[in-house]
Amino acid sequence: MNYELVIGLETHVELSTESKIFCSCGGHSAANEPNDCVCPACSGMPGMLPVMNKRVVELAVTAGLMLNCEISRYTTFDKKNYFYPDLPCAYQITQLNHPICTNGLVTLKTSQGPRDIRIKQIHMEEDAGKLVHSGNSSFVDFNRTSVPLIEIVTQPDFRSAEEVITYLGKLKNMFRSGGISECEEGAMRCDVNISVRPEGSSEFGVRTEIKNMSSFEAIEKAIKYEAQRHMDAIEFGTEELVQETRRFDDVSGKTFAMRNKETEADYRYFPDANLMPIVIDDEWLEAIKAAKPTAVDEKAEQYRESGISDKEIDMLLANNKILRLLDDTVALGCNMKDTAAYILTDCMGILRKAGKTIAELDVTAENLATVIKMVSDGKINRNAGKKVLIAMIEDGADPTEFCKANGLDKQVDSSAVEGIVDAVITNNPQAVEDFRNGKVKALQALFGACMKELKGAGDPTVIKALLEQKLK
Amino acid sequence: MNEYITKICETGNIAVDDTILVKDAAATAGSRILEGFKPLFSAEAVTRLHEKGYTVSGKTATGEFGLDLVGEFSYYAPQEGTLKGAAAELVANGEVKAALGVDMNGATRRAAALSGVDFLKPTYGTVSRYGVISCAASGEQLGVYAKNADGVKEIMEVIAGHDDKDGTSLPAESYDYSIADVKGKKVCIVKELLEKADDETKAKVNAFAETLKANGVTVETVSCDIFDLANTAWQILMCAETCNNVSRYDGVKYGHRAEKYRNIDELYVNSRTEGFNFLTKTVILYGSDVLSKNRYKDCYDKSLRVRRVVSEKMAEIFASFDAVLTPVCSKTSYESYDMNEAFIKVFEESVFTCVPNLIGSPALVTSGVQLMGKNFSESTLLSLADVVERMGE
Ligand SMILES: [Zn+2]
Repeated sequence: MNYELVIGLETHVELSTESKIFCSCGGHSAANEPNDCVCPACSGMPGMLPVMNKRVVELAVTAGLMLNCEISRYTTFDKKNYFYPDLPCAYQITQLNHPICTNGLVTLKTSQGPRDIRIKQIHMEEDAGKLVHSGNSSFVDFNRTSVPLIEIVTQPDFRSAEEVITYLGKLKNMFRSGGISECEEGAMRCDVNISVRPEGSSEFGVRTEIKNMSSFEAIEKAIKYEAQRHMDAIEFGTEELVQETRRFDDVSGKTFAMRNKETEADYRYFPDANLMPIVIDDEWLEAIKAAKPTAVDEKAEQYRESGISDKEIDMLLANNKILRLLDDTVALGCNMKDTAAYILTDCMGILRKAGKTIAELDVTAENLATVIKMVSDGKINRNAGKKVLIAMIEDGADPTEFCKANGLDKQVDSSAVEGIVDAVITNNPQAVEDFRNGKVKALQALFGACMKELKGAGDPTVIKALLEQKLK
Repeated sequence: MNEYITKICETGNIAVDDTILVKDAAATAGSRILEGFKPLFSAEAVTRLHEKGYTVSGKTATGEFGLDLVGEFSYYAPQEGTLKGAAAELVANGEVKAALGVDMNGATRRAAALSGVDFLKPTYGTVSRYGVISCAASGEQLGVYAKNADGVKEIMEVIAGHDDKDGTSLPAESYDYSIADVKGKKVCIVKELLEKADDETKAKVNAFAETLKANGVTVETVSCDIFDLANTAWQILMCAETCNNVSRYDGVKYGHRAEKYRNIDELYVNSRTEGFNFLTKTVILYGSDVLSKNRYKDCYDKSLRVRRVVSEKMAEIFASFDAVLTPVCSKTSYESYDMNEAFIKVFEESVFTCVPNLIGSPALVTSGVQLMGKNFSESTLLSLADVVERMGE
């Protein structure tokens, strides 16, 4: 019998904000020591009150707009109660009754054609801390408590692991390019709800939930393992399926049921009286919309139209930093396709040779635009442009000053170039003679002589044209 | 009785209840669970008083988390004999000019009535709750004990106004506490509430009404039967929120930790069993129950709806009257009793005090009676109190 997989996802994404969701602690990701980034509020001391970080609302709304959601104009927070040492207040502030975004839709490009995935809701919540175990003791680290998260809940619309991975990849690109989240290792975590049914059936099978996975590889493996387990149970009666929460073990590649105690808790949700309902009025929503970066799909389309290849587009979308550098440089009046080539070919090549990562790329859009314009205006040639880029990336040089200091901009005016071409013609009568007698190679020698005189700074096409013109 | 849990300054003029934080002074909310806890900062109200040159004399005893009648069940200062509120007594004796307390379930107002001083439970959101050891966040307010209306006014003018550190703080920078002429004001007495009090208390209310009349205030008796309903709703919300807010006291981070435990569950259970008193445990159990999946809709959710109904009903009354005059409690004095009876006793007494907590409106205790008003009517309440206080001088 053929079976169909039915999968729904809950994805937690850490937002890129300067401070935590309800206090002013910042920089938890840079904290070296446990509890370096805590205050009385996020460590659960009495007398402290949560104060809403507005940026979290704006990023959550932006994410909702990207996923074509309805934005709630009235949104509230609830408390979810459970005891665990990494949860300092013994409750997590989250959204149950009035989430910030609902009813969204994303379209995936899959090998089976386009697939629509409905988004049920997006809600805001705070992260918990973590436990550090050592010998017989356990310690709590609250650096992560109250770090802002959004949870994106889909309808059970996925039919394969491939679709799930495509969706997650899309979220990742979208959120990185939109400044929602850096989506670094562990900053995106998934709970997968999965069931299996005979193809053509409209009833759902027994559903299990696999909790808290962060690598795409693990998610894919877990789905495949779990699907097979369900199918074996249905087909061969290997075991009785029960609705339960499971965890995926990376080492064995299998899923295991979690203890009931951890899963069947009554979280006693209720409204948080310390946080007033948030009202998103027209003015605020419009401001968020105006600040929203172009959606990835639209962006990809723009790039494609400008002639950038699909492979290059994927490279650009995978890294927010180079994406921004491209957009900002284009905004300064540079050609889109040229700029992409400068970034993806020249800059990346230089970085690779220097053994540096993209994170270490320290080139401003202004400086990059200066180089690109000097080349396109014929002030320096492409080769010299590359030299300038190397100096910028390796030594943080300023392009204009570097050109001046190294004489690259000396031959900027065409009369200087013309003078050199004339001198070369006068000084190489034999070569001129040969060329006039039909020896095409002789032109190459004359051209080489010009380039030598110009120290590689002149525009090769201009020089060639000048030579041909003068030798006629 | 031992009023101070911690003495801070011999010449201080403001006492601060143990439910409010003063930087570096032990803050326990009367509970063993917070034994040894010293806050890193002061409550906003305390900071504002400091800035205006007031000094804190010390931390005064309260009942555990302010859940009892007047402060009888403090772990640090248990009371025998006739019950009194510590901060209210210090104000009554003239040892301090004023005191700060947290009004959550009427304990501060009852204490003021028993000691014959004033206590204002201000409009919700007008005084920052930053630095209040919170239990029932949706209805608790930091308030002021003082000898008379003038004293309350003086302190309120310092501590009220917007605070960024409290998400429930209203935007206004200041409010009106001026004492003005009361001629022509209209006050009502709620028949159903008055009937719940003993004769001595009734006599106090009636005497207050007579003095008001003598000063040109109209006093009428009206009928309104929402108070029992309001009380049940508030007890449900109060228990639920308190249960949740004291969950953080688990023996892991600060405060009392049991000596014996074999794992994290035992650490929680043993620390909390030893740390909380019977009344707090009762509140935790009720609160946990009303929030549970099966009960939420019929208890917590319904109480939120009752809150709206009571708010509308009170708005109707305040459309015709400037204030409602009521008893503060059913009796004029209490003797110590067994803690097993506390939950029911407090429940019965809070029928007089619950409405301002439930709907966020202000209430002023003065001359052993209570004046309730609509939001931001503190000036009217203080003016009515003042005219009676001056007659008694
Ligand atoms: Zn913090």
